[in-house]
Amino acid sequence: MFTAGIDVGSVATKVVLLNENGVSYYLERPTGWNPRQASHEAYQELLHRARLDEAAVTAVVATGYGRIVLSFADWTATEITCHARGARYLVPEASLVIDIGGQDSKVIRIAPNGRVLDFVMNDKCAAGTGRFLTVLATALGVEVGELGALGREAEPAAINSMCTVFAESEVVGLLAEGVPKEQIARGLHEAIARRLASMAKRLGYAPGAPIAFTGGVARNPGVRQALEKRLGVPLVAPELCQFSGALGAALLARERPPGRPATGHRG
Amino acid sequence: MAIQSMQIFEEMKKGNAARVKQAKEDGRRVVGTYCTYAPEELILAAGAIPIGLCGTKKDPIPAAEEILPRNLCPLIKSSYGFAATDTCPFFMAADLIVGETTCDGKKKMFELMAELKPLHLMHLPQSPNDPASLALWTGEVRRFKEALEEAFQVKITDAKIREAIRIKNEENRARRRLHELNRRKPALLSGVQVLTASWLSGFVTDRRAVTAQLHQLCDEVEELAAKGHHFGRPEAPRLLVTGCPQGLGSEKVIRLAEENGAVVVAQEFCTGYKTLPLEADPEAADPLASLAQKYLRIPCSCMTWNTARMELVTRMIAEFEVDGVIDLTWQACHTYNIEAHRLAETVREKTGRPYLHLETDYSPSDTQQLNVRIAAFLEMLG
Repeated sequence: MFTAGIDVGSVATKVVLLNENGVSYYLERPTGWNPRQASHEAYQELLHRARLDEAAVTAVVATGYGRIVLSFADWTATEITCHARGARYLVPEASLVIDIGGQDSKVIRIAPNGRVLDFVMNDKCAAGTGRFLTVLATALGVEVGELGALGREAEPAAINSMCTVFAESEVVGLLAEGVPKEQIARGLHEAIARRLASMAKRLGYAPGAPIAFTGGVARNPGVRQALEKRLGVPLVAPELCQFSGALGAALLARERPPGRPATGHRG
Repeated sequence: MAIQSMQIFEEMKKGNAARVKQAKEDGRRVVGTYCTYAPEELILAAGAIPIGLCGTKKDPIPAAEEILPRNLCPLIKSSYGFAATDTCPFFMAADLIVGETTCDGKKKMFELMAELKPLHLMHLPQSPNDPASLALWTGEVRRFKEALEEAFQVKITDAKIREAIRIKNEENRARRRLHELNRRKPALLSGVQVLTASWLSGFVTDRRAVTAQLHQLCDEVEELAAKGHHFGRPEAPRLLVTGCPQGLGSEKVIRLAEENGAVVVAQEFCTGYKTLPLEADPEAADPLASLAQKYLRIPCSCMTWNTARMELVTRMIAEFEVDGVIDLTWQACHTYNIEAHRLAETVREKTGRPYLHLETDYSPSDTQQLNVRIAAFLEMLG
């Protein structure tokens, strides 16, 4: 039995194909300006790689901000529910999930069965998210993928603004003062960690228990290290950290085939 | 199944303003109010019409921001904006405005609004259980009575106050009956329907007539219920919405929750159920003192300590069989925002129900973000 999960994020669209043995295929592509088309193409590509006919997939569940525009999903679930399920699968020992995506960040407390117990999300702007890092990497003249390795030993520069626009001005100012970009990169990671750590503390986390770290920003070792220091617990960033939401959606599709939708959600 | 009597209230969206205008032309006096702390009984006893003023729509906010800071709650900006642009028909009709020193934003806004209309400001003390507070507030209620007598050249006798207390008690009992229809499981009405009728019935010229109309609606809903009518899916999650005042135009969170498959069965905010259980005693030796006691018992977040709100929410969760609580804070409303922490603890620890805090304003720009939070909360309950 195959099921699929599709996570239409603000930056990337992720798809995961699941069978009895676990994840069989996954891929991502930029969401771009047309989430409907991006998700359609990503799903078709996934089927092509798996050499599967659409009819062979029992159920498709969509999540992410673009979930409502999909025509081929059987039903939808929010990214909170999907990330909780996905993270539970990838990091079974975690009771807390920190997810930093392209334009939002969230902390989710989960029950042993993967159900959501409580959650907090960032405010309505993209402060302290992947978008924040992308813009500021550009200001530092590096690729966002390189940012994480930059300045891990450096003394962090103080970055006070969490607003992407203000932080950019602040970084430009620091560069003008001659502050090395390693220190600035470290300062940016500390700024994100400060915000996420306060969200995690607000929600209450069990000291000692590892935390699952997911979303695109989980690939940034600088942010992970800064968060671990603040929370005093190890953060586990699984290899499929970016696919946690899509995986969670595919798991939900397996648990609840079409015809039995979740609360009030339509396909 | 359509509820015929809802049309009475739907009609009020247009008709209320015309009727107030007509009443003015017939020589009636109108007193505009902004808050449930305004003792409406005294306005009725003065023979005037108490009427709530506009403050729940986003339209006049840009105009308000020419004077007021942007970082202020949308309710205050909207209220002032409607007044400054003269686009609220009830403000236009008002001979006098009554304000109260509730939160910092409101009391300072009233200083500016006083330049637009005659405005009587009541000094509201903020420690509800302190005897000195009651003494101060009773004096303020008396001073308001005198201001009405002076403004309208009338004598407000105890007999008139007793009569007004009876009218207002009857009206609030009718409104309370409407809210309490949703104690039933499954719910009989949507939260939006309850709010629509409850809200629009506050902008009327004839309180006795609106009391009868509210009962007519309740009677019809009960008859329909006897035939099997209910609202939404029988297993839909039952929510209590609390926090800042919400009315038509600013009901977006209630609407989104119901669009996502929940039923808002309980509304613990001041424009909802919060004040309805409170009554003055028409037989009291000093009816004015009884009025003062009634109003000082409103569990608003301006009060410290506001333990009465924790008790009310806890009681409503049990009585309305609530599955989850959404606490709405309008941006920059410090009192409700800070109190959210204690309320969250109370809800989670005393009742074991999940709790979601939302902070937003009147604009629709964050609809998708709110949708995700609300839908995720409902999935959590589901």
